[in-house]
Amino acid sequence: MKHLLDTRELTREEAIDILDIADYMAQVKAENKKLSLLKDKLVVNLFFEDSTRTRLSFESAEKRLGADIMNFAAKGSSVSKGESLKDTAQTLAEYNADAFVIRHSADGAPYRLATAGWTNIPVLNAGDGTHAHPTQALLDAMSLRKFKAARDGVDSRGTDLAGLRVLIVGDILHSRVARSNLWLLRTLGAQVAFVAPPTLLPLDTHAWDAEIFHDFDEAIATAPDAVMMLRIQKERMNAAYFPSAEEYTELWGLTKDRFEALEEMGKPFAILHPGPMNRGLELCSEAADANESWVLRQVSNGVAVRMAVLYQLLCDGTAAKLYAENPGNLEL
Amino acid sequence: MSTYLIKNANLLGERVADILIQDGKIAAIGENLNAEGAQIIDATGQIALPGLVDIHTHLRQPGYEASETVETGTRAAALGGYTAVFAMANSNPVADTAAVVEQVDRLGKESAWCRVQPIGAVTVGLKGERLSDIGSMATSTANVRVFSDDGMCVYDPAVMRRALEYVKTFDGVIAQHAQEPRLTEGAQMNEGEVSADLGLPGWPAVAEEAIIARDVLLAKHLNSRLHICHLSTKGAVEVVRWAKSQGVNVTAEVTPHHLILTDEKARTYDPVFKVNPPLRTEEDVLALRAAVAEGVIDVIGTDHAPHPAESKECEWACAANGMTGLEQALSIIQMTLVDEGHITWADVARIMSENPAKIGNLSHEQGRPLAEGEPANIVLVDPAARRLIKPEEQATKGKNNPYKGMEVPGAVRATFYEGHPTVLNGELNTPRR
Repeated sequence: MKHLLDTRELTREEAIDILDIADYMAQVKAENKKLSLLKDKLVVNLFFEDSTRTRLSFESAEKRLGADIMNFAAKGSSVSKGESLKDTAQTLAEYNADAFVIRHSADGAPYRLATAGWTNIPVLNAGDGTHAHPTQALLDAMSLRKFKAARDGVDSRGTDLAGLRVLIVGDILHSRVARSNLWLLRTLGAQVAFVAPPTLLPLDTHAWDAEIFHDFDEAIATAPDAVMMLRIQKERMNAAYFPSAEEYTELWGLTKDRFEALEEMGKPFAILHPGPMNRGLELCSEAADANESWVLRQVSNGVAVRMAVLYQLLCDGTAAKLYAENPGNLEL
Repeated sequence: MSTYLIKNANLLGERVADILIQDGKIAAIGENLNAEGAQIIDATGQIALPGLVDIHTHLRQPGYEASETVETGTRAAALGGYTAVFAMANSNPVADTAAVVEQVDRLGKESAWCRVQPIGAVTVGLKGERLSDIGSMATSTANVRVFSDDGMCVYDPAVMRRALEYVKTFDGVIAQHAQEPRLTEGAQMNEGEVSADLGLPGWPAVAEEAIIARDVLLAKHLNSRLHICHLSTKGAVEVVRWAKSQGVNVTAEVTPHHLILTDEKARTYDPVFKVNPPLRTEEDVLALRAAVAEGVIDVIGTDHAPHPAESKECEWACAANGMTGLEQALSIIQMTLVDEGHITWADVARIMSENPAKIGNLSHEQGRPLAEGEPANIVLVDPAARRLIKPEEQATKGKNNPYKGMEVPGAVRATFYEGHPTVLNGELNTPRR
């Protein structure tokens, strides 16, 4: 794999390999060790959009693998900052960068960077516009896989998500997280259902391998194994996507009543949220702080997944090689 | 002036004959013609059409000379087989006064690669608020008859109504860029299956169709003449078909790119495929082709829109809309309509020469039949030729060509503009100065 641009391009085997590597990296982190797999490699974090969480997660992953790091932050598009993406990338490439991690508000910016012929440096998409967020989907898949393995009392390594039913609830239309999860979770065998008002869904979803619900309670009645709540952007209200925050919460929020309905299913379930959460808007505190909530474990898994992808892209790493060599002498 | 004798041309694909050109006119058409001292042009195997007329060209001058000039744009036009282009008004300053249209008119005459007919803006600064100096542009030396805010929609229904009424004074026409602005805020590509995958904000078909529906009703109510620029959707075709069945005086245009490319191209995120209206679906493409064959769509307009490299070498959302097309239009029409059996070469002459000249009130000099005594505006095209599109070899300054790397049929071998060969042997010759 030369770049990681979207989860849509990942095969089942490739995805499982990344998750297996991520499980190893999670153990590195659990034992609070550092590896030197990326020693002498320079990773450039190109952040054209504010994202403290994702940037910190990548930095943490890069440092734990021993990489050298350069951070470039410029808010806005090439037009507004007066230098084109092409020129920025070519300039930073001259510092002997080994990889670009790019976050951008414009859809497809990482794809352009990877395919336009401006540089031949590997590109890792850290979220582009409303298009894709592959490492978020990978950390969600990692969390779901761990949930499933723990539920079934098995080792997660080598497994997929077959049999899991996942509801993704909220602003699907503007969500790169929802899109990247759709491709990846389907590739790994999970069932995906979207729950949203029609205003927050793309007009034409017939080609998507996902069920669509406009009624959250109806979706909960189908006994999901996991519910992923998406962050609602407050500016959507002003654009008439829904009448009010109160109505949104009532119809599409994970309220206390709905959380209890999930509990009444009488089976294990997981609550996910990519963060940052709007408590009281898309989910209640009871759900956010419940044992079933994976929100903090998602943050932790995010570091492991990003370590895995960096290792794979920059070292041609595979799970088999990693587990055989056991760098860091982990207690596997 | 020189005398030219075109031998064995296939006139409109209907009959083989020789064409004698003298003093800027077609002096004779017939078999085995001879003329002392004439330059002989062997057109065996080539189709002869009346010089093409583009009702929708962006020449960018004045103001955007980095994108194109009248000189470079009309060189491209000549190479594409055009003997006349209508220059859109979205220059800088906007062509909303007599001074600007007269400047464009003068630049066209100085370049002399083809006839350049300026289009005037409907509203001041293309802002959609106040009518521009329509009367003074109409009575200027540029003799403007087509008015358009192309790039922007005349969205205010009251302004559109007044414009449609006012231009009747001069038998003018409003050429509408149909785009409901509120439904297309931030829009980046066709709204549909592909935009769902990509997350790019959608430009819904209804935003085009709603304006067309409104405007044909206005034209009906006012008994005015309306031209719709670049139809791009199946629904738009249905609205225009209905309007014509009601006797509305409406004409419709389609671009070559909307007859061949679809929104699947957006998956590349290469802004060379970013255009307004956006590339639509395969279903739309097929409906547009059928509409040309049926006569619901009257003309091909290139919407030739050159841009400098930096306007396209960037993120999709930051990129400018538009693609070049003057030098490929005839090939794309041959490929999608003639070779596919939808229309004949005589139809090509109608939709790419005769009809656009009529719409633009230029039919006294352009879009004429190939007949004795007519102005010698002629294009010779070799339909059997195959050529690979290389944007860097184009005459236009804009390298934003969506057909890059594609092999297309047909090559313009010669273009005669009022008796003078602007293109000979498939290459630029000299302007008609």
